[in-house]
Amino acid sequence: MTVLGALLRKELRIELRTLEAVPGMSLFAVTTFVVFHFALDRPTVQGDLASGVLVVTLLFAAMLGVNRLWVADEEQGGFDAVLLAPIDRTSLFVAKAIAMFVYLAVLEIVAIPAFAFLLLEPPIRAEVLLVLLLTDFGMAVIGTLIGALAVKTRARDLIGPLLALPLLVPVVIAAAQALQPLLATRDHGPAEPKWLLILGLYDLVFALVAYAVFDPLLED
Amino acid sequence: LSLRTLSIATVAALTGGFALVFFYAPNDADQGFIQKIFYVHVPMAMVALGGFVLGGIFAIQHLRTRRPEWDLRSYVAIHLSLILAIAVLITGSIWARASWGHWWVWDEPTLVSFLVVFLLFACYQPLRFSIEDPERQARYASVFAVTAAAFVPINFLAVRMAQGYVHPRVLTATGGNMTGQMRVAFYAALFAMVLLFVTLFSLEMAAKRDAARLRRARRELEDVELAPRRTFAPEVTG
Repeated sequence: MTVLGALLRKELRIELRTLEAVPGMSLFAVTTFVVFHFALDRPTVQGDLASGVLVVTLLFAAMLGVNRLWVADEEQGGFDAVLLAPIDRTSLFVAKAIAMFVYLAVLEIVAIPAFAFLLLEPPIRAEVLLVLLLTDFGMAVIGTLIGALAVKTRARDLIGPLLALPLLVPVVIAAAQALQPLLATRDHGPAEPKWLLILGLYDLVFALVAYAVFDPLLED
Repeated sequence: LSLRTLSIATVAALTGGFALVFFYAPNDADQGFIQKIFYVHVPMAMVALGGFVLGGIFAIQHLRTRRPEWDLRSYVAIHLSLILAIAVLITGSIWARASWGHWWVWDEPTLVSFLVVFLLFACYQPLRFSIEDPERQARYASVFAVTAAAFVPINFLAVRMAQGYVHPRVLTATGGNMTGQMRVAFYAALFAMVLLFVTLFSLEMAAKRDAARLRRARRELEDVELAPRRTFAPEVTG
């Protein structure tokens, strides 16, 4: 637990000092909302269009974070340091995934108010947070695993999103469907429980899979 | 089982299976003759999905034992399934055009999930291609194969829930709406397709092993610099 705490502190301190990932992701999200405004040529969005715009923007902003997540470890010997230390390697994965989850949460603290201010027609509802929490968990787990895989390849900026996007299709489906009634102006309602169930199932399965297969990635 | 026996059995099973499809099974009352494509499309899709999952299971074996043999099996299973998957998408598209009038139908969950699975596994080769160290390449490819295999059922669940039930559900728990004769022809075609996969798998495994052996022999004999390999298939030594 102290190992995990130390690794997590290291991640967050590096991000606080370099500000490499989160400000870029947030700025990207806000710019994307502006791009959507012009591409769709609408002053406001609601319902299925709103949930689609929001989920796609968060997904692509998360891809930026995935590409940055492991670069410092690869280029400046973070991997070697963890391998030299007498600790369980999986704790590195858990620390990175928690850090990625925190990045996504901070991203949304910026992006959701910006979305409500710039594009969204109905007022934002608190239930959105629950859906986003489950979405962030899935994106953090997959992003951390695929990021670790992609960082050692020659075309890392290409391989990362190429592998992560199809893997995240179920998350996109479930999140977009769950948010749809929450972002509707007329006949809005609570999210259908089955989509939250799908998100939860996805999170659980891939947390276990990633936990199981992470070790072999760190062998040299 | 020798490769020759296996090949002959496959040709016989395919001929017999398609003979049943065309001469024994009746024409579908709704769709007529075009429904025969079902006996190619569905077995091929089932074998391709099975092959993807099999590739993941071989990858687990590779991660546990670290023997390159398992990595080669995983590679060949995924490679063959990708080829089958392209054929599945093409036949599915033709069937959709014939029975619904469109080449691509988005509210057709099975086809859409299959496309997503195909897009995911299509990244398997680029991933191998971009890692140079063969040992690391094998390890990373296996990690990916395991993750992607776990993705197959979850993806089908999510896509199916997102859409209406348009697809002809021929394979439900109760045996669906196939008549007895249709079911016989379907299982014969499925058996032939599984046999085809096994034969192609054995052939490619044998070819890869022989190529590696030949390469080693040449290296020992001629002691010359060989041209770089043009494939990123794993090479099994020993």
